[in-house]
Amino acid sequence: MNSSLWHEVPSSWYLILSALLFSLGVIGFLIKRTLITVFMSIELMLNAVNLSFVTFAHDWHAVKGQIFVFFVMMVAAAEAAVGLAIIISVYRSRATLNVDQIDLMKL
Amino acid sequence: MNAHLHLWLIPILPFAGFLVNGLLGRRLPKALVSAVALGFPLASLMVVARAALIFFSLKPQPIPWLITYGSWINAGPLHLDFSLYLDQLSLLMLGVITGVGFLIHIYSVGYMAHEDGYWRYFSYLNLFLFFMTTLVLAENYLLMFVGWEGVGLASYLLIGFYYEKKSAADAGKKAFVVNRIGDFGFLLGMFLLLSQFGSLSFFQIGTNLTANPALQGGILTAIALCLVVGACGKSAQIPLYVWLPDAMEGPTPVSALIHAATMVTAGVYMISRTHFIFDRSPLALSVVAIIGAATALFAATIALVQTDIKRVLAYSTISQLGYMFLGCGVAAYSAAVFHLMTHAFFKALLFLAAGSVIHGLGGEQDMRKMGGLRKKLPVTFWTMTAGVIAIAGIWPFAGFFSKDAILYEAFQQGTLGKVLYVAGLVTALLTSFYMFRLWYLTFLGESRAGHGSEEHGASVHARSDTNLVQGAEHHQAIHESPWSMLTPLVILAILSLCGGWIGIENFGAYLAPVVGPVTDPALESGGKNLDYILSGVAVVVALLGWMIAHTFYSRKNDRAAKLATAASGPYSLLVHKYWIDELYHNVIVTPITLASRYILGWLGEVVIIRGSTWLLGGIATLLGELLRRWQSGNLRSYSAWLAAGAAVLLFFAVVGAVLGIGGTELRMVWAGQ
Amino acid sequence: MHLILFLIFAGFCLAGAVNLLLQTHPINSALSLIVVMSSLAVLYLLLGAEFLAIAQIIVYAGAVMVLFTFVVMLLNVGEEEKTHGSKVAKVVGFPAIFVFFSVITTVVLEAQRHLDSLKMGGIRLSDAMTTIRELSQVLFTDMLLPFELTSVLILIAILGAVALARKEGHS
Repeated sequence: MNSSLWHEVPSSWYLILSALLFSLGVIGFLIKRTLITVFMSIELMLNAVNLSFVTFAHDWHAVKGQIFVFFVMMVAAAEAAVGLAIIISVYRSRATLNVDQIDLMKL
Repeated sequence: MNAHLHLWLIPILPFAGFLVNGLLGRRLPKALVSAVALGFPLASLMVVARAALIFFSLKPQPIPWLITYGSWINAGPLHLDFSLYLDQLSLLMLGVITGVGFLIHIYSVGYMAHEDGYWRYFSYLNLFLFFMTTLVLAENYLLMFVGWEGVGLASYLLIGFYYEKKSAADAGKKAFVVNRIGDFGFLLGMFLLLSQFGSLSFFQIGTNLTANPALQGGILTAIALCLVVGACGKSAQIPLYVWLPDAMEGPTPVSALIHAATMVTAGVYMISRTHFIFDRSPLALSVVAIIGAATALFAATIALVQTDIKRVLAYSTISQLGYMFLGCGVAAYSAAVFHLMTHAFFKALLFLAAGSVIHGLGGEQDMRKMGGLRKKLPVTFWTMTAGVIAIAGIWPFAGFFSKDAILYEAFQQGTLGKVLYVAGLVTALLTSFYMFRLWYLTFLGESRAGHGSEEHGASVHARSDTNLVQGAEHHQAIHESPWSMLTPLVILAILSLCGGWIGIENFGAYLAPVVGPVTDPALESGGKNLDYILSGVAVVVALLGWMIAHTFYSRKNDRAAKLATAASGPYSLLVHKYWIDELYHNVIVTPITLASRYILGWLGEVVIIRGSTWLLGGIATLLGELLRRWQSGNLRSYSAWLAAGAAVLLFFAVVGAVLGIGGTELRMVWAGQ
Repeated sequence: MHLILFLIFAGFCLAGAVNLLLQTHPINSALSLIVVMSSLAVLYLLLGAEFLAIAQIIVYAGAVMVLFTFVVMLLNVGEEEKTHGSKVAKVVGFPAIFVFFSVITTVVLEAQRHLDSLKMGGIRLSDAMTTIRELSQVLFTDMLLPFELTSVLILIAILGAVALARKEGHS
């Protein structure tokens, strides 16, 4: 094995991992039929982005990158709380969490 | 310039009368309407008289007054003002218009006394005076055109006065449309004038021309011919005369004022006023002369066989206007204007007397049902006789002097002139004939009115002054007209007698500062003797016409009927007015109506306008239908489009950054801090 | 060493993510997501972000995912139904993802290899950690205002969640 590789993982790998996770999150966002699962895919996407931020922060020795991740985490937590509350009220009014059946906004 | 002339009052006073009667007349008592209607034109006449006094008191020579009342159009190189111009010619015209106009107003008080639209009639009449005075006072073509159009409007309103009758409404429309065609020529003339001289002011164009003595023919001929088209429309010459006979649908005083004395002379006035253009174009002058002589002869032939008393007078008007055009065409403007003045007197007289006859008969206009009125309508008879003799051109009545002057001048103009002279002479013969025919048929012989008055229901409703029949007091008995109608007749008869005594030499000298000197017969070839010979010939011809009419019509005989059947072809041609109206209708009116219906009506209106609005609406609806599908309510499709949009944006941002277009700031961000 | 750790925990990440997609019952998906979060925490440690790694565990894996699990159990969400799916999602969405992924990958790889100004380095296990001290120095001086605002945001979120989720008619 390449010795440099043994000791040093290129940051591009982290970034590609991040991209991969993000894509998987988008796929899940598109194909999943339960509202909660869709929401979980969104969280996955947010985490992927966090990973890339941290990678870059490490690459350029920029602490601001990690600060940003900190804030993303905070906002994601808040958003998760509110989003789940919405999901609960949707369940209460529609009695289903099937994405295809929540189409009251149809023209 | 002395502004105390108050020229602006001359048009404005009748306009005020129009406003008062037009806006309030319906609610005012008839006496007040009459007072307003008579008062304003009288005031205008006073102003004219005063202006004349001031004008002639100037020593040693009266000079023209140019008064500007402010700028009208000031657009780049085009400057036009509200300028009024008083000189000998316009003073003469004003005298005729306001004087004869006032007499006709007095007459109308009696004639229209039983009409419903009494106030409307007088407001229109005052409106006409306003526009006509503007026309003759104007100092530039555009202001004159305002008056020109305005008299056309007033004519339309007055011809169609009995608007509930279809024939009257149609006649009004016809008059307006045919006048419009003439006005188109006038407009073209104005455009050409603007392009050539940069101004429409008579004064400026005149000075421009005197400064360029070499400018002849060419563009000036074009301008002159365009203006002639306009004059033909207004003065009812070939080919635009067809409206005048139909205009007899209006009340008789209207025919007297507008279609005899004043409006139709506007063309002649225009040519005389702007003679400096015509003088430079011999071709245009020849055209005018030929049109004039041809129209004179043409109309006279039609008048020979007409049976409606007003139609005869209408064609006679067209014919006499032809004389005036002839006079203008041989550059004898003074003679033409002289004839204009005398014609105003005797033609107005003839029309008013005819109106008196119609009034007396309770609305009858067909001469075949008249006769023997000499004893029953004496004043009318004697005044009309004066008019008939005047128009026939018999010395010493007015028509002789003016007609003779025109014929003399025509004779002087080379070979074409002599041909036109012959045409004019033949016309004089015909004129005398048909006027005396009218005289015999109407006044002399035995009364044929018995057959008529019982049928006044049917025949009269085909004619114009129907409402006269409704007046209860005027039923059945043939009676003389009231003094309000007879006084103007008498005054006009006196004028028809002595109106020409001023003589063409003095008249010409009077107008010379405006239209150039009149030729002195003593200096022409043939000298004074030729003048006397030609005058004698004219009188002989007139008397000849009288005698021929006498043989046919003085006593009841069937010579006229026999001649009609013998020459049935020409007779039919004349009775149907050479089928000109039908020709125009089929060749011009019908194609235009069809074209309008299908091109403008169907293609323009339906296809283009409705189609395009439908199309716009259709596009909007279609787009809406398409875009509506996007809002499916399906969460997953929304998210799919989100992802797609983000991908596209990312793609283009990256491509842009890599290629260096847009988003180059991305590179800077990557550089880190 | 770094390589092995990276490979293992990256593998866990991916496995968890794929499992999230493949599972039909939401509770399984939630548990897979917890695996992903935890693996990411380790990756953060590998990248020298010690505070973030711990925050990830505490906030994400420990609070957010627990919340998810509670909601799944509260609503008694059953297995996913097999419906026909959205055609649009497949036709438009998948190519979009593909484009997205390939663009990013291409850019990243190019950056690693060629673009001078963007050359990215490597990451060693021995690289310095970003200490809490450094983090807090920036957080409480330059970023003080956003920090305070975030706390307000969380407060709002709490209120919103309570308002949205309570049953009708209860005080």
